[in-house]
Amino acid sequence: MNVIRGILLRREAGIAAMIVLVCVAVGLYKPQFLTLNQLRVILLLVPLIMIVAMGQMLVLVARHVDLSVGSILGFSAMITGMMFRDMPDIPWGLGFIVAIGTGALLGLVNGALVTVFKLPAIIVTLGTLNLYRGLTFIVSNARQVDRQFVPSELKAMSQTSPIFGIPWIIFMALGVILLAYWFTRHTQAGRQVFALGSNPSAAALRGVKVNQITLLVFTISGALSGLAGIMYASRWGFVNPSNTGAGFEFQVIAAVVIGGVSINGGVGTVSGVTLGVLLLGCVAAALPLLGIPGTAQGAIYGAIILVALIIDRSVRQHGFASLRWRRA
Amino acid sequence: MTATDTSARPSAVNESAPARPLWHVVLVRPETMTLVLLIAAVIFASHLSPYFLDVEYILRSFTLSAEFAIVALVLTMVIIAGEIDLSPAANMALSACLFAWAQAAGAPIPVAVAIGLAAGLAMGALNAFMVIALQLPSIIVTIGTLTLYRGLAQVIAGDKSIRVPDWFIGIDKVLVLGVPMPVVIFVVAALLLGLILAGTIFGRQIYQIGTNETAARYAGIRTRRIKLVLFLLMGAVAAIAGMMTASRLGSVRYDLGLGGELQMVLMAMLGGTYIFGGRGTILGTFLAAWLLVVVSTGMTVANLLPAIQLTVLGVLLIVAIIATNFIYSRTQR
Amino acid sequence: MSERGAPLLSARGISKSFAGVSVLRDVDLDLEKGEIHALLGENGAGKSTFAKILAGVHRPTRGTLRLNGEPVDVSSPLAAQKLGITLIHQEPISFPDLSVAENLVLGHAEGGWFSRVPWSQMTSEARRQMDLLGVDIDVTRPMRGLSIADQQMVEIGRALSSDSRLIIMDEPTAPLTPKEVDTLFGIVRRLRDEGRTIIFISHRLEEVQALCDRVTIFRDGNRISTDAIDKLDNADIIRLMIGRPLKEYMHKHNASIGDVALEVDGLTLPGRFQDVSFAVRRGEIVGLGGLVGAGRTDVACAIFGIQPAESGTVKVDGKPADIREPGDAIALGLAFVPEDRAQAGLFRTLSVEQNITAAIPRKIAPRGIIRRAVERVFAAESVQKLRIRLASINQPIGELSGGNQQKAILARWLLSDPRILVLDEPTRGIDIGVKAEFYDIIGELAAQGRAILLISSELPELLALCDRVLVMAEGRLTAEIPRAEATQEKIMRAAVPRAQIAEAAA
Repeated sequence: MNVIRGILLRREAGIAAMIVLVCVAVGLYKPQFLTLNQLRVILLLVPLIMIVAMGQMLVLVARHVDLSVGSILGFSAMITGMMFRDMPDIPWGLGFIVAIGTGALLGLVNGALVTVFKLPAIIVTLGTLNLYRGLTFIVSNARQVDRQFVPSELKAMSQTSPIFGIPWIIFMALGVILLAYWFTRHTQAGRQVFALGSNPSAAALRGVKVNQITLLVFTISGALSGLAGIMYASRWGFVNPSNTGAGFEFQVIAAVVIGGVSINGGVGTVSGVTLGVLLLGCVAAALPLLGIPGTAQGAIYGAIILVALIIDRSVRQHGFASLRWRRA
Repeated sequence: MTATDTSARPSAVNESAPARPLWHVVLVRPETMTLVLLIAAVIFASHLSPYFLDVEYILRSFTLSAEFAIVALVLTMVIIAGEIDLSPAANMALSACLFAWAQAAGAPIPVAVAIGLAAGLAMGALNAFMVIALQLPSIIVTIGTLTLYRGLAQVIAGDKSIRVPDWFIGIDKVLVLGVPMPVVIFVVAALLLGLILAGTIFGRQIYQIGTNETAARYAGIRTRRIKLVLFLLMGAVAAIAGMMTASRLGSVRYDLGLGGELQMVLMAMLGGTYIFGGRGTILGTFLAAWLLVVVSTGMTVANLLPAIQLTVLGVLLIVAIIATNFIYSRTQR
Repeated sequence: MSERGAPLLSARGISKSFAGVSVLRDVDLDLEKGEIHALLGENGAGKSTFAKILAGVHRPTRGTLRLNGEPVDVSSPLAAQKLGITLIHQEPISFPDLSVAENLVLGHAEGGWFSRVPWSQMTSEARRQMDLLGVDIDVTRPMRGLSIADQQMVEIGRALSSDSRLIIMDEPTAPLTPKEVDTLFGIVRRLRDEGRTIIFISHRLEEVQALCDRVTIFRDGNRISTDAIDKLDNADIIRLMIGRPLKEYMHKHNASIGDVALEVDGLTLPGRFQDVSFAVRRGEIVGLGGLVGAGRTDVACAIFGIQPAESGTVKVDGKPADIREPGDAIALGLAFVPEDRAQAGLFRTLSVEQNITAAIPRKIAPRGIIRRAVERVFAAESVQKLRIRLASINQPIGELSGGNQQKAILARWLLSDPRILVLDEPTRGIDIGVKAEFYDIIGELAAQGRAILLISSELPELLALCDRVLVMAEGRLTAEIPRAEATQEKIMRAAVPRAQIAEAAA
């Protein structure tokens, strides 16, 4: 009985219920929403957000925030795309290393500014959000990398499938989810991120290397944004200096916050964030069917962030916070 | 091992630190840094192009940033009070869209202006409610409302631009004693807000709240009321700035003022406003606005791409906070 | 117990001063293996500072520590832990979002970033510790929501799993129920029998009598005595704790006592204080004594509208007052000088002038616009009257010494010309010389016909200044003692909480 109650009171259950609710409601109105094809639409919509959200989750758990993820995504995608264009002979798999490496480097810069100068992450990443976007224009001379330059093998990852017609890109997102789960649950560093966010001063007393952990979370967030960058090239087949990744940070923050990650640090689960991203994907997929123009998406993300903040606050106030925590 | 001898401090602990000489007080102010940078930028830019010695040219260039600069003045006050608001650029877009939509739907201009203003106030009130009543951190709240307001603007305007009537267009072409109207408004606003911040009890209490909110509460200062006023003022001023932009551009799109939060925060930071609250002046932001205009115009004259200018602004923002923090950590014993 | 051979830990010549104020002087103390050793003393006597030095929270200004005869440098809490010394705070420091098991081992496990977290091993180790302690806590649940008693058990488990030989407990029983205290004592005794050493800091003498083997008494930063507990009774201990000669700090002004200015009736804020009623008359100084945590500051905050009470009434000058915010209280002529100067009083980076005039906006800015000249006169007069030592009235108040900062805060409230003053530990952290000035000022204020409520933990201060002394213990008023009958013993007896052990046994 208690077990059932515990499960029902968990944040994940709430989000799952929301997903079901959205699907049923939209499905009743427009039955084609509940088709396999539609599922495919949703699943193709979410992998990029999913990957970046896992990094953002870590940053938020450590009591920071990273607004620059969209720009890091754009910059990494551009570097990789230009490499494909200018050096057509190199193996396409190398693109992953370049993209992830570039992203990690930019993330490291964020982390260094936050730790060395003791600056608030929000202002630092507001600065680098624009800085990295500008750099993207500079390196690319404001030119798009067109379809013909993106290796067809890379593009194929978003279409071809190893099994059941599920494209590779979804398996990659799944891989990142599992990695994130492993990191947050089973590594010393992962647990230290939670310790740091839960009680920073106590963490320092217990020997947690606060600066190093902070650098680590920003670097991971950057690296995952870089990975999402090359997957953007795979999914859409081009890289544009102004569009690629622009405004991505809001979708990601909305997904993470609705997924139960507390803005006060220390709280967040991979399963919650996964469901949060899926919920966002369902909503985004439902909009066109309901005749709501795509232009309404921004407003909906904004509303979702605010509602999630209010939920987070009332949960904290009424002491259910403990119930959001995953059992060991 | 013996004596962890952190040798006792000299017995003079009872005395206060000596006062600093006046030159020290003046020189180690962030505004001084801003002024020096401004002069340096003007000299440098005038080498780049003789245009920069042409006052009229500078004034005309300023009209492009005047709306952000006006909002940055209020933002300075919000940051001094220990909060932040990243939503005003989106607020500008939504108020302007509502204004343009209302007049396009046949409302007389005064009614449309009132609608825009009311929308701005309502947006400020929503921020205030989340921050003051629900006690959520303003940085995250205003990221949320920034997304929401911009999104709503997109819902209203779609991908189209809404035209405003011809006679409403061209606030930047109206000259007062040879000075474009937006610049005049900016200067008047700076004077007014500067006097309020430096000379009234309201301004004084803003500094006190930002320095130590608990102590302010204990001293009987109505901290919540003052923050409410600031957020509302922010909303109203953003709405006015939005409608000014509409007049300057002649039409309104949802992406009006997109990315403006960077410039606004940058103006405040360059002017020496302390990101953790309690310090900063309107004069600093006033100077920083001019500095930024000279820098951006200089970059335009030098034929730098807008995107590169964005990079420069991003770097400037980070350098400005580092410098300001450094100055304050040095002057605070 | 002293004939057990080499002591576990011996301290020699330990001294500590904070910002030039000496709080611990030349303390020598040997702790034996397998004893429960009580540290006793008034608030500020130095016992907690000493304990924190042992645990690496503070570093001594002078002196040496030897552990098993070896000189050791306890440079940080982490270093202390590695040496086998654990400090258990009254309200344990924990990671509320992590599991009990993780809280138990965090900081013990070494290893690289990406080394595996041994969940099952960690969980079973945590279970083993909890079983050893005989407490029933699900170690997989998060720390958040555990009772304080359970959190203490986790901390003790933590100390045991790192095999601590010295466990310091700082007022562990204060937040516990009688039953929980019993459990705790059973465990502490067992730990002693295993050969560990426990330092037990408490204000509850009955508990000390029941539990401890030896007791060391601190007073004014000095170690006064160390004795086996059966050689002392409660009266001896109280005498030793307050034993200093009563200094004549001041000559009390003969203020004529007038009408009731402040009346509090049945004030209650659950969890903080219960049913508190008293009155303060014009020209009267009423002391409010008691131990730290007795609820005195909470009562003051409730009266002043910072954290209003849930029930009960406050009357000012005989009229019911509805005080919801400090502003309301100020309008009624109240003033409150808070205990925590840095947190609730100072605007550190703002000028002394602005700090002094912070509570009188109407006077310096009649129409909302600040009149500099008026403000300057107010501030300068205060500086002169209270003899605040500073270089310039424009310098940041953070640059002043503690005593002068406190004078500036007092000046802020005097400018509001209050009829009722609440002073919360106004002389804490202030040098003796400046203290005397404060006492003169307080006496003078009463002579002017103001009603004064003086919260203080220093008994001589209460005795010297007050017309009446109220005493609180555990959120309730326990005594009201007129000046003529007030003695340090009486106040102390009323301040020490009634033995809960006795209640539990009864």
